[in-house]
Amino acid sequence: MDDALAVRGLHAGHPGTRVLSGVDLTVPAGAVAAVLGGSGCGKSTLLRTVAGFHPIDRGTVHLDGRLVAGDGVEIPPERRRVGLVAQEGALFGHLDVAANVGFGLDRRARRGPRVGEMLELVGLGGFGGRMPAELSGGQQQRVALARALAPAPALVLLDEPFTALDAGLRAGVRAQVRDALVAAGATAVLVTHDQEEALGIADLVAVLRDGRVAQCAPPRDLYDSPADLGVARFVGDAVVLDAHAAAGTATTALGRIPLGPGPRGTGAGQVLVRPEQLRLRPADGDGEPTAKVTDVDFHGHDAVVRLDLDGTVLQARTPGSVPLRPGDRVLVEVEGTARFFPGPHDPATDGRAAG
Amino acid sequence: MLVAGAALAGLVMLTPLIYLAVRSVERGPAYAADVLTRPRTGFLFWNTVVLTGAATAVCAVVGTLAAWLVVRTDLPGRRLWGILFALPLAVPSYVAGFGWISRYPGLAGFAGTLLVLSSVSFPYVFLTVSAALSRGDAGTEEAARSLGLGPLRVLLTVTLRRVWPAVLAGALLVALSVISDFGVPSLMRYETFTLGIFTRYRSTFDPTPAAILGVALVALAAVVLVAEARARGRSAARVGRGAGRRAGPTPLGRWTPAGLVIVLAVVGVSLGVPAHSLASWTIAGASAGVDWPHLAATTLDTFRVALLGAVCTLVLAIPVGVLAARHRGRLVRALENVTYLGFALPGVTVGLALVYLGIRVLPDLYQRTPMLIAGYAVLFLPLAVGAVRTGVADAPVQLEEASRSLGRGRLTTLARVTVPLAAPGIAAGGALVFLSVARELPATLMLRPTGTETLAMAIWTRTGASQFAAAAPYAVVLVLLAAVPTLVLDRVLRRRGGD
Repeated sequence: MDDALAVRGLHAGHPGTRVLSGVDLTVPAGAVAAVLGGSGCGKSTLLRTVAGFHPIDRGTVHLDGRLVAGDGVEIPPERRRVGLVAQEGALFGHLDVAANVGFGLDRRARRGPRVGEMLELVGLGGFGGRMPAELSGGQQQRVALARALAPAPALVLLDEPFTALDAGLRAGVRAQVRDALVAAGATAVLVTHDQEEALGIADLVAVLRDGRVAQCAPPRDLYDSPADLGVARFVGDAVVLDAHAAAGTATTALGRIPLGPGPRGTGAGQVLVRPEQLRLRPADGDGEPTAKVTDVDFHGHDAVVRLDLDGTVLQARTPGSVPLRPGDRVLVEVEGTARFFPGPHDPATDGRAAG
Repeated sequence: MLVAGAALAGLVMLTPLIYLAVRSVERGPAYAADVLTRPRTGFLFWNTVVLTGAATAVCAVVGTLAAWLVVRTDLPGRRLWGILFALPLAVPSYVAGFGWISRYPGLAGFAGTLLVLSSVSFPYVFLTVSAALSRGDAGTEEAARSLGLGPLRVLLTVTLRRVWPAVLAGALLVALSVISDFGVPSLMRYETFTLGIFTRYRSTFDPTPAAILGVALVALAAVVLVAEARARGRSAARVGRGAGRRAGPTPLGRWTPAGLVIVLAVVGVSLGVPAHSLASWTIAGASAGVDWPHLAATTLDTFRVALLGAVCTLVLAIPVGVLAARHRGRLVRALENVTYLGFALPGVTVGLALVYLGIRVLPDLYQRTPMLIAGYAVLFLPLAVGAVRTGVADAPVQLEEASRSLGRGRLTTLARVTVPLAAPGIAAGGALVFLSVARELPATLMLRPTGTETLAMAIWTRTGASQFAAAAPYAVVLVLLAAVPTLVLDRVLRRRGGD
């Protein structure tokens, strides 16, 4: 079976500026993919080139194995079968909810059960007679999804669909949207700058940086085995330590840490561990490396503790029940494995947000 | 295509003006200087400046006071007064002039002109200041009170300072409409620039002096525009963020009767006297017999030119409005600004420019309908462009993209999404132009095709000849003709407002 979306070597931009320079992205049918990137990294441009609202300079876009852009082909948006859910929903204010959902259907299908089914799917059965202005932001967003799904498109694109919502609503709407997409068996690409959202909703996350896909992997792999330190820092908090690796073990300021599966370098470099891998114990004797607690951000269920280890700043995530105060001295142990990045300290990929 | 259409609109705006400017220096700058320094020109200039200054001052004081009474005090019946204060805008100035001169002929001259023009123009200040006052910023006023200032000093030093830009904006509209008003000065026989130009145009076959005066009149309007922009530029905007809190109403207490007297006086002068006068003359006219066929023909003519004018102006305005709403760029901004020029163009000047353009360059069109319609387009393009712009802004690009991603082509999208969303705003603009054309006087007088007579002209000629009873029915029909589309439009917009 063909991939629902295949983007190869895509270049696009505005006159005078290159926004996308060689994007490769493949999304299998039925998957929900997220394109994650900071503001201005070109993620919206990528989405608009796929939908057909932005011309491409080089490369190709295939939908369900059909060439829609590139190699001299430029299929207009209305013939691509790509549904679009915009940031603010973009519902037609002059049409009621049912007419909005039925907009992409032909005359006969509009009167059939499809509109009702779609509204049921997004949990808004019976809302057909309302006007968009009478709905909450989250409801509008779900109507926009129902409208995009109604003509059974090859692909649904969601452009930061949750950013316009209140923080309290966001998680709930996100789960509803995810359920509706899965229930409809739709292939979807969601664009977001929120890593938590990307990791939480998608089967596949592509990190877009400097107009290219820096890494595309399932959320777990992306978090555990980032391609470089930049990606590592972009998808979550990171503890980075100078290290020397040999025979599957890295020697660091926190002692020896076993390296995880995957490519293992040797020699000088850096290791990545995640803050939740650090275990803190009250220092009970001397001789072992101890760190000083400099700051505690208490969140109830857990706490983020900043530590000073002989001048190196570390961040640990501990259960909220562990009582720690600034000034305490603690023993730091690493649980699990680390990921090793060989080579000298490289400020270029250091802590840089994607994009 | 859009750009070409917009460029055409800009061309229609600029050609008459440029032509007039060229004609005015036809006999060299020395001649122009001579015309401008004649005692007669100085007299017209002085009259116009005094009238404009006085009317603007009166409107600024009355409009601001009325706005404060309606928005910020506990005066009884505030909502009703608010509606009644806005209503004079719908009365053509010469109809109000008819109302006063027919009842009090002694008012002719400066006093009557000032009274009538102030009474129909003060709503400009009332509306802008009311809007500013109701946006509210109780915080600064409360701070001033807590710093030891009494209520009156707070009103003068804090509240007035805050609404000052609104007062200026309203005063600008007053000044521009007074400068360009022709009907009232001519009925009241007070010689302003507009009347002077018109008389010159009527009485001599030498167009150059009139052209020079026409350009001078535009220059006067431009000076007012620049002065307003300067004065406003220095006043401070609100500092600090967050939504301003609206202050509670100031209790008038024992001053309530005084407030009511003021309000009643304003309503009486601006609406009561003209309405009463119109009603009694209509009754007198009806008993003396109305020339029904002529009334019908005049109404039909008015309707015809107003409809044509509205449609043509809208067609010219659509490209400019669409460009202004969708593409921001220097060229588009320049085009948009050119079309706004019409706000500062007196009808007399536009009429004059097109008359000379017709005689010299386009004799086939002179005193034909297209010339008249072009005049209306120049005068009312700003109204139409503004309306189209807001209408198109109601149909954002994202909605068109949503429609196309749902499999609808460009044309279907236009028909099913863009037009339904933008149409009410555009229709409102059309209605506004229709109303403005129906009541326009000087350009119609100068450009009308032979045999065409509009209601405005009929009122003006009959009032000018003191045939008040004969003029009244035309005034009534004009008011009705203006009221019907206003009401229909209001209903349409209100119903859509719930969407």
